[in-house]
Amino acid sequence: MLETLALGCERGGLRLFSELALSVGPGGLLRVRGANGSGKTTLLRTLAGLTRPAAGEVRWRGNAIGEELRKEMLYLGHAAALKDELTVLENLDFAARFSGLEISASKIKHALEALGIARLADLPARFLSQGQRKRAALARLALSPGVALWLLDEPFAALDDEAIGRVSGLSAAHLAAGGMLVLTSHQDIAIAAPDAHSIELQG
Amino acid sequence: MAFDLFRFAAPQAFFPLAGKLIPWFSILAGMLALAGLYIAFFVAPTDHQQGEAYRIIFIHVPAAWMSMFLYVVMAGWAGVGLALNTRLSGMMASAIAPTGALFTFVALWSGALWGKPTWGTWWVWDARLTSELVLLFLYLGFIALKGAIPDPVRADRAGAILALVGVVNVPIIYFSVQWWNTLHQGASVSLMRAPSMAATMLFGMLLMALAAWMYSFATAFARLRAIILERERDAEWVRLQRAAA
Amino acid sequence: MLQAFSLIVRRELRLALRRKGDVLNVLVFFVVVASLFPLGVGPEPNQLRAMAAGVVWIAALLAAVLSLPRLFATDYADGTLEQMLVSPQPLIVVVLAKAAAHWLLTGLPLALAAPLIGLQYDLPAGALGVLLASLLIGTPVLSLLGAAGAALTLGVRGGGALLGLLVLPLFVPVLVFGAGAVTATLIGINPSAHLSLLGAFLAVSSLIGPWAACAALRVALD
Repeated sequence: MLETLALGCERGGLRLFSELALSVGPGGLLRVRGANGSGKTTLLRTLAGLTRPAAGEVRWRGNAIGEELRKEMLYLGHAAALKDELTVLENLDFAARFSGLEISASKIKHALEALGIARLADLPARFLSQGQRKRAALARLALSPGVALWLLDEPFAALDDEAIGRVSGLSAAHLAAGGMLVLTSHQDIAIAAPDAHSIELQG
Repeated sequence: MAFDLFRFAAPQAFFPLAGKLIPWFSILAGMLALAGLYIAFFVAPTDHQQGEAYRIIFIHVPAAWMSMFLYVVMAGWAGVGLALNTRLSGMMASAIAPTGALFTFVALWSGALWGKPTWGTWWVWDARLTSELVLLFLYLGFIALKGAIPDPVRADRAGAILALVGVVNVPIIYFSVQWWNTLHQGASVSLMRAPSMAATMLFGMLLMALAAWMYSFATAFARLRAIILERERDAEWVRLQRAAA
Repeated sequence: MLQAFSLIVRRELRLALRRKGDVLNVLVFFVVVASLFPLGVGPEPNQLRAMAAGVVWIAALLAAVLSLPRLFATDYADGTLEQMLVSPQPLIVVVLAKAAAHWLLTGLPLALAAPLIGLQYDLPAGALGVLLASLLIGTPVLSLLGAAGAALTLGVRGGGALLGLLVLPLFVPVLVFGAGAVTATLIGINPSAHLSLLGAFLAVSSLIGPWAACAALRVALD
């Protein structure tokens, strides 16, 4: 479903990796490991279509990536993508509607509950701690069960064990339902997955 | 034997070719300039109203032509680089820009030298000079943007977008400056009121324009070689070059 | 697509409401700059009346340039811009919405404040009307082409001044036709030619500006 053919990426003139061939199918989990600066984020952004590869290509359902992929993908990068002046509820409402989802305040509250931050719904994002911001950003996972591909960059960073457990649970449910997940992480977090792989980028 | 021009699209292949061509272009530029200047100073007749000072037109007009022409060429190469993702095209645009800006500056400066003995002021806000000034700003903007972005690939692409926007806007800007100039007719003087063009004078200006064009090739290629060496410095062939030198 | 457009515009307006300072700063800057000219050239009414169109328009250009760096910078910093690029919505809708919001928060207030400045410069009623019309037609151009400039200089050193260098030459036609319309009115010529040309340039900018901004955003987030 998601595959790469002889993928090569550069950053700042340095070749990070070449001839990379990956493939992720329904229920598939791919962990990307590597030291700092080895190109994990670059790989994820290339899969999401943000970064142009230096060589090779990324394919979604056999075609070159483009609008079709973006309709079926959820990408969460390092930044929480929250507007400081808007409340958590307003932020998630915008994000969901912008992705074309049918949304209501109660659905958002449910999603926040899944991440354990329902009480923060009406708080401007400015007042959230790092961990709370991350939880708010990840609440989108609970809002988008139908989205086929999740691309998550360091989803467990800044989270405490309780939150890690919640995110891990959401991921497992997503995979069990036939979704795909590609994530980068330093930590070895257990996620129940029918089809798990991992790759290590040398950098 | 098939002659494959596309081979030269790689910086490594173009580098020696450019090096071989530079002396030829320089010689051509020199010869054409001598011919053009000869006509400018010895063949073209003295003008009744403006005396000898008008001869600066043989520098002013070709410089103005080249400044506009080079902007279009620069935008063209930048556009090719953006569309086809070729590195050399972006480098070519970077190589042309300073020469284009130079000709704009020469056009402005020669315009000033013409204005002083003719109209008594170092600057007149006529349509051509004002348009050249705006064109200079467009060149400077392009050079500044490229210089401000550290990553060369991103710099090339951003510069290309800017150059393409510029090339579409240049005719509009020129038209609007012309409009502005005719509107404020009373206050303005026009350097366009040059002596009527004898065929010899036009020929002289064409020679100077061709000389300028050959000069542009020579300088652009020289600059391009420097850019190639800098950008490809990690490539094997560059390291061999430097070891051999 | 229309829903995405209105979502973004409404969000921008809501953000501006909670951060009123940004909009007001631009407006105050406009008034201050326009008030400096008489201090620089003297209070002689005839001279000021002749300068008025140019002064108001230049102050508007500078105020717009001042507000442009922020168009994409905050979204870029907090990650929301990246999210807009990976969303299924066409990027051009995002750019048009941001430019529209920018105009509502910058160009429109400037246009509405301009007649007051015009009064300070003793412009007659007819000229004031034309001044308002020229700004209403011309300020969207500043937002559309300005968006391209803002996208090109996103995250680049020397952003603000560089942005000014890039977009101000492109604004020359707007200045010529916009200020020219008012000056024409003052000397008794019908400004409709100027305003039509201004409208034509608006049409051209609405094609070039958003295209360039989209391309530049993709380059910036590569």
